[in-house]
Amino acid sequence: MRCEIIEFFRYYGKDGTSCEVIVKDWGGLIRQARGANLLARIAYLLKERDEFYLVPEKPRLHLSNALKIFEANIRSVNWELKDITNVLNDAGVPFVLLKGAAYIVSSCAAAKGRVFGDIDILVSKDLIDKAEVALVHNGWITSSLDAYEQKYYRTWMHEIPPLRNLKRQSVLDVHHTIIPPTSILKPDAKKLWHNLNAVNLKETCYTLSLMDMILHSATHLFYGGEFENGFRDLTDLDMLFNQFDEQHECWETFVGRARELQLELPLYYAVRYTNKMLYTPIPDKVFMMLKSYEPNYLMRKIYDFLYLNALMPNHTSDESIYIGVSRWMLYVRSHWLKMPLYLLVPHLSRKAWMRLTGKETH
Amino acid sequence: MRLSELNKSNFTRCISSDGLGLKIGPFTVCLKSSVPSVAEHLIGLYGGFKLVSKDEFIDFQVSIGFPNNLRRFIYQQAIFSFDNYYPFLPLPLPQAGAMFEWGLNWCVANQSHQYLIIHAAVVERDGYAIILPGVPGSGKSTLCAALVCSGWRLLSDEMTLLSLVNGRIYPIPRPISLKNQSIDIIKNFSDKAVITSIVPNTIKGTLGHMRTFEKCLSCIDIPAIPSRIIFPRYTLGSNNLLKPINKHHAFMKVAENSFNFNVLGAVGFNAIKKLIVDCDVYEFEYHSLREAIMLFEQFGL
Repeated sequence: MRCEIIEFFRYYGKDGTSCEVIVKDWGGLIRQARGANLLARIAYLLKERDEFYLVPEKPRLHLSNALKIFEANIRSVNWELKDITNVLNDAGVPFVLLKGAAYIVSSCAAAKGRVFGDIDILVSKDLIDKAEVALVHNGWITSSLDAYEQKYYRTWMHEIPPLRNLKRQSVLDVHHTIIPPTSILKPDAKKLWHNLNAVNLKETCYTLSLMDMILHSATHLFYGGEFENGFRDLTDLDMLFNQFDEQHECWETFVGRARELQLELPLYYAVRYTNKMLYTPIPDKVFMMLKSYEPNYLMRKIYDFLYLNALMPNHTSDESIYIGVSRWMLYVRSHWLKMPLYLLVPHLSRKAWMRLTGKETH
Repeated sequence: MRLSELNKSNFTRCISSDGLGLKIGPFTVCLKSSVPSVAEHLIGLYGGFKLVSKDEFIDFQVSIGFPNNLRRFIYQQAIFSFDNYYPFLPLPLPQAGAMFEWGLNWCVANQSHQYLIIHAAVVERDGYAIILPGVPGSGKSTLCAALVCSGWRLLSDEMTLLSLVNGRIYPIPRPISLKNQSIDIIKNFSDKAVITSIVPNTIKGTLGHMRTFEKCLSCIDIPAIPSRIIFPRYTLGSNNLLKPINKHHAFMKVAENSFNFNVLGAVGFNAIKKLIVDCDVYEFEYHSLREAIMLFEQFGL
């Protein structure tokens, strides 16, 4: 079956291609987009190109409703950010917004129609206790009181257990680096702090530079092991690469930066799979520069199979069994890469036991 | 063509393969399910609703199936999904029909921001609508069912759809859900009431659904002008007192009872403001359904 949503992100707006040419089945597109959390993004892009009126009335209603949800999301994120910024500013803790919230406040390309729930921030490791105390005193309470989980997060993870606002139930993830320290990838978080962009909120609030934002997004997608929103995250990368290109930024510097942070592999996967799935224009020289990080022929074929399946949007119709299998294998692989076996086996056994005995529902 | 005109074998084939398309108020819904109690629920309660053809745009493509685990074999469960999204945990199989109602409520409440959606029953007479918002247990559904049995037109028992374009209320006259004693109260109140799909032991107690009358379905596309908002509360021994309330207070109560006030932002604020200005607003403590209905009959336009 023709996948409307993939076609849309491959061709829409490129060389002025109109939605009338690309979309054959609006009903299918709306359903796939909703399943992939991309309804608001499609609506945003159509509106941006003044093509809303070309959409038939019924699907147009769904798109404009998704835009209303998107706008409400921005309002509530800005409200949360005002609170978080005030708390951390008073505590004298500088912090970096990550992911969704960072896209919104920096008005980068990936902000377009991006709807999200949790807010993620990065603070330096030696200030994380101070940040937590300040946040707790202002109504952001730890979301889990389970002793194992508390210890697990604080010992092995790149973040403290998620904080939840007592009144509004919103969730805040406070990180000290972008990937678990036990992981095979070891980016030096301190280096991220050398290359920040200021934000107009308060003087202690920043976002990552565009390059680091892309590297973080790629690391998260290709090493995080979760693909429920994989296709959405891939469109984030596609839009960020396009922005990078439009700003005439230097690819040599970018690859250099990836090398400096030891994140060449996530960058390699990101350029390869955005290019393969969404036809993101990536200059040939970039592939050349990353050639030495390329896995061998057999591994390349295996990764292609796994990622190209796992990154497919969630379908209501004809979901291929390969998608589920690939996602599961990449989930296992991500844990493998995140933790040495002597940590992983006890952790997964405990998780399985908790699930079996019904003490954990997710 | 209506659902009741479909013969049994076509119905079964439709609902368990491609799905059964129904026009439910302003929405088109396609339901796919092989769970027998869902089929019974539809035949018993949705017979008068129109079918939609395959090539029409479907607003909500939903399905009720079996969760993919061992529960397929013992203590069977059903799970609701909407475009591959599962908003609820699985429920015991006998509740699958009610799950369709809850699932559809969820779809409408979360995806239909062309309306301000108020958690309220709403009935119409002579083109004017009375909105009955109420917390669960306030007796709004019972009052609504009694009004409908007494000749008022049902617009909705659960969600009032106030158009943001023209300020009118659009009907979505799905079956009225009645809980526990209300089932017998309405059966005793009127012999016109057909209550089926009765399921005990749900999270809300025993649950039944009252079939929508034909006269509500024949003018399903005709909206009504809101004229009154009445906050009902069933109170034992009260004397059916209709008490006008302060409009600022009413505003806050409607906002609290709205599913999508937060999504609509300023637009939602202005819609409620206009609604409150245009309507008379009351609190209503009632005890006797018959006296309550008589009181409603006295409303002029």
